[in-house]
Amino acid sequence: MTSPILENVEFDGDGFMIDPNAWTAEIGEAIAAREELPLTDRHWVVINFARQEFEANDEAPTLRRITKTTDVDTKELYKLFPGGPAKKAAMVAGLGKPTGCI
Amino acid sequence: MTEKSNGNRKLCIITSKGSLDMAYIPLILANSARMTGIDVELFFTFWGLDVITKKKMGGLNVATVGNPSMHPWFHIPTLLGAIPGMSAAASWMMRQEIGKLDFPPVPEFVQLVIDSGANVYGCKMSMDMMKLTKDDLVDEAEVLGAMEFMELSEGAQLLLV
Repeated sequence: MTSPILENVEFDGDGFMIDPNAWTAEIGEAIAAREELPLTDRHWVVINFARQEFEANDEAPTLRRITKTTDVDTKELYKLFPGGPAKKAAMVAGLGKPTGCI
Repeated sequence: MTEKSNGNRKLCIITSKGSLDMAYIPLILANSARMTGIDVELFFTFWGLDVITKKKMGGLNVATVGNPSMHPWFHIPTLLGAIPGMSAAASWMMRQEIGKLDFPPVPEFVQLVIDSGANVYGCKMSMDMMKLTKDDLVDEAEVLGAMEFMELSEGAQLLLV
């Protein structure tokens, strides 16, 4: 199910937004719905942190930075984003596919 | 095991080396795999067991003798590498450099990949040889024979480190 909100959003072949600056929370919700990932407050802790970091450094944070800086630990992060938190969290936050290895 | 995904792609890594540099290879690969939703089974055998042995994992060293590739920091000729303290110095340096890249120390890294849902196994035969028991390994590790590992790795992508 693709929400009409996503109709005017550009994605790459893997479902990542091409322009991270076009992201809004509504788009984030719609991407999560497309990925069949119901979002809770805990997801938003991660998503908001990723957005903050991106806006400050022009780069998505590593998972290690997320778990070291927020109160979401590794186990919870993997529970929140089944299918690989690096991929899914970045996708919902409208950021590109992560390239770091930590 | 955490949630499966990514078409159930599975990576099995056999770790047979226990030096500091060789310990990071399976850990980084396992972590990267888990981050993108690939299932991971880690089998530790022979010297690789040091990486998941509680008493050893925090003190892994880089070999300075017979290691031709010390060049990122300095080259140590084999004869000089045998001087006492040389391996400790090189290991210290490597820990510093790895820390700068924000990679955790080995014990924390092992816990990280376990928390991320990777399964960790010690090789029974190697453990018998080294007089190790399950209690010597990190708590989450299980003891497995090579035959059982064959069953476990069916259909997986296999890597020997």
